Amino acid sequence: MGGHSPEDIKKETRTYILVFVALAALTVVTVGISYLDLNTGAAVTLAMIIAVAKGSLVALFFMHLISEEKLIYAVLLLTVFFFAVLMFMPAENYLDDVGQRFTMEGVGHPEGGGH
Amino acid sequence: MSPIEQHPDEAPDLTEEAHEQGHAADEHHHEESFIRKWIFSVDHKVIGIQYGITGLLFLLFGFTLMVIMRWQLAHPGAPVPFIGGLLGQANAPGGIVLPEFYNQLGAMHGTIMVFLGVVPLAVGAFGNYVVPLQIGAPDMAFPRLNMMSYWVYFIGGVVMLTSFFVPGGAANSGWTSYPPLSTVVATQGQTWWLIGMVCLITSSLLGSVNFITTIFQLRAKGMTWMRLPVFVWTQLVTAFLLLLAFPPLEAAGIFQLMDRVAGTSFFSPAGLVVDGRIIEIAGGGTALLWQHLFWFLAHPEVYVLVLPAMGIVAEVIANNTRKPLWGYRSIVFSAVFIGFMSFVVWAHHMFLTGMGTVMNAFFQTTTMIISIPSVIILTALLMSLWGASIRFNTPMLFALAFLPMFGIGGLTGLPLGLSPADIHLHDTYYVIGHFHYVVAPGTIFALFAGIYYWFPKVTGRRLNETLGKIHFFFSLIFINGVFGPMFLQGLAGVSRRLWDGGTTYSHAQGVLHWNAFMSYSAFLLFAAQLPFIFNFFWSIFKGVRVGANPWQATTLEWVATTSPPLGHGNFATVPVVYHGPYEYSVPGRGDDFLPQNVAAQEG
Amino acid sequence: MEIPYTVEARPDTGLYNGKLGIWLFLASEVMLFGALFSTYVLLRTGDPNWVTEPMSVPLATLNTMILITSSVTVVLSWASLRLRDFAKFRLYFALTFLLAAGFMVVKAIEYSTEFSHGLYPWTNNYMAVYFTLTGLHGLHVLGGMVVIAYLIGPGAKMWKSEPARFTNRIETTGLYWHFVDLVWIFLFPSLYLL
Repeated sequence: MGGHSPEDIKKETRTYILVFVALAALTVVTVGISYLDLNTGAAVTLAMIIAVAKGSLVALFFMHLISEEKLIYAVLLLTVFFFAVLMFMPAENYLDDVGQRFTMEGVGHPEGGGH
Repeated sequence: MSPIEQHPDEAPDLTEEAHEQGHAADEHHHEESFIRKWIFSVDHKVIGIQYGITGLLFLLFGFTLMVIMRWQLAHPGAPVPFIGGLLGQANAPGGIVLPEFYNQLGAMHGTIMVFLGVVPLAVGAFGNYVVPLQIGAPDMAFPRLNMMSYWVYFIGGVVMLTSFFVPGGAANSGWTSYPPLSTVVATQGQTWWLIGMVCLITSSLLGSVNFITTIFQLRAKGMTWMRLPVFVWTQLVTAFLLLLAFPPLEAAGIFQLMDRVAGTSFFSPAGLVVDGRIIEIAGGGTALLWQHLFWFLAHPEVYVLVLPAMGIVAEVIANNTRKPLWGYRSIVFSAVFIGFMSFVVWAHHMFLTGMGTVMNAFFQTTTMIISIPSVIILTALLMSLWGASIRFNTPMLFALAFLPMFGIGGLTGLPLGLSPADIHLHDTYYVIGHFHYVVAPGTIFALFAGIYYWFPKVTGRRLNETLGKIHFFFSLIFINGVFGPMFLQGLAGVSRRLWDGGTTYSHAQGVLHWNAFMSYSAFLLFAAQLPFIFNFFWSIFKGVRVGANPWQATTLEWVATTSPPLGHGNFATVPVVYHGPYEYSVPGRGDDFLPQNVAAQEG
Repeated sequence: MEIPYTVEARPDTGLYNGKLGIWLFLASEVMLFGALFSTYVLLRTGDPNWVTEPMSVPLATLNTMILITSSVTVVLSWASLRLRDFAKFRLYFALTFLLAAGFMVVKAIEYSTEFSHGLYPWTNNYMAVYFTLTGLHGLHVLGGMVVIAYLIGPGAKMWKSEPARFTNRIETTGLYWHFVDLVWIFLFPSLYLL
């Protein structure tokens, strides 16, 4: 396993603490934004940007992706590509549906309050 | 080597002293109990054999289910002979298969053949046994994980078999388990199916991590990527397919379990009517969600079924033509490209769901594109025969038959992949003909080739050639008899999954007579397997003994180890690789083959 | 013959076996949670009658902070081992376990509150998605807790016999644990804030 000197490891430890502070701050930000009355598009976009930022911090620094081997990058690149296909294809299914969506009134309405 | 391995014909010296001396000499080799050595083994060769025996048994069982179905199709409403009484009163009163039972047979035949038979054989058995040997490794990267993979598969198999005996019987909504049939109507057996699938998926995932790590990390010195046998390449691509495509089905399985057990509506739209009443669910779901998640796996799954088979065929053809494979690089790049493309073609199974022209066009295009690398591989294998000194032994016969059989399967896939033609052919017998051609005379023939080819490595004896050729010729004839007429029935519009084979449909009347023909071909196909089953068990004990390399092959599993390979560590000395895997008929050499671990000599 | 590269890295890949193995496993987990998120997107955008229920944002925020902290403690435990400080490792690793347990307690409180308000998986698809996604995530937390408990307990013997291999095990466990945190980072806004 990589021969890092104690000084390097101590420096890494400082990085971990900084990342922790950043993650905590971003959490506060994302919760704060959720109390603003934004339209759906803006709310989703902002929330996802912050989530991606937080996730990137965890991946790059806690998981050491910032200095990983090429093979790991290749596996993850492949995965991210198929993940994107999986995320977007089924929803895009609706884009040019044949016929009309049929909803029934007064049927199957869920219990509990809406919002 | 132990005294027994050195002097097999002498009576072993079992005195205490000899035993203790053996212990003192090699403190790493301790006596393993029968259970650690054969039941909960971590040795890839034992695990490969476990997968092999279990997989073959499931293949036979799945075949038997189909034989019962084909009886019903040939003689609708007639009692099943011989075993009719064993099927149970709930399933077949008076030995006559009920429609509900027919549907169970259909769903379980598909599930068992794909997930309990072919994949465990192709990947679990052949992959586990051969890959570490071919790359010069002492075992798989994670031996205990390997053992767990087998036993989780075994448990999944037990769960699937048990489902036949629960109230309502086994799953009966097709191997595809589409809701709402599978969520609202299906009985308890469907829940068992889902639990079984979760086990099988987990087993595959653990296995794929093992294969990829092993192939990347444990290649012997000199075994560069372009010197890997094609079989290892196909196993690598297959492992990536299993790794990345299975999880969405696991998610879908969890959703279906939730729908069935927790009353959720992942797949149930509001206002769903069953038995004339609107069922009381929250609604808001869609059956299409299941189809997307299911086919996201199930399409790569079919390449999982075929890629290892292509790998086996490549090995056997190279060996029995005594010349290098034509187009090694094309085969490798095509296999990788197939793997990649297989993730973006899945909705060609959903052309008739009302997706619209943009989605249909997209998936039709990717489907046409993916046929190209398959053709490249088939062409390369065919070109490998040109100018060859072909040895027509049993493995080669099966490997050669794979080529036209897979060709038919592939060609009949084209009209299905074109959405306008698919409007007519979807859910007909044409589909059943297409996919059986690729899997049955396709993959299963390749698996037989592999068994005949590698049996000597595993047992140190060879299978009987005469019985092998009988097995081959009759299987080839009768398998075409079973699946060929399906194209005719499908073109006439006969739907699949009909308990009575289409007798109530006017458009089917002209092709109904094929039902009996196909069924009797199936019965004869079953009979044609008997010489193989006999040969298999007879030869383990009484087969002609052969040396470590009876086929004069070049790859590491033959040239660097014994038959069977050493119990621990595989190789007496770690092999070093000097060149590619198919150096046959090298000019200037005495032998017509140059092993991978032997450096080429000058002159 | 021992299996090579269980501890030291293979020169051409730069990895030891366990590291490649865990990243491959995490790749499959990305696809698993990807399918779950994709389902959520498809169901929510496709259902004109979609309702969301009131959820406890404070409790979920607390859980987010718990997991983030546990990610720090697990990586600090690994750093401690590399500095050969076994006592510190044990402390941070145990803290990780406790934080994970805390997460599960908060989740249990949430679930029982929801049940007491008549919110069950079958109530509507929002609750179905919520329970399934957080339930599966929770199972992953539990799985991680089992591994952590083993490595801090009987598994810790390996520190004496094969310290480098043990350190690698902590590293791979940490990678898994960070992934569990990462999934929650996306689950939290998706389920509670949007």
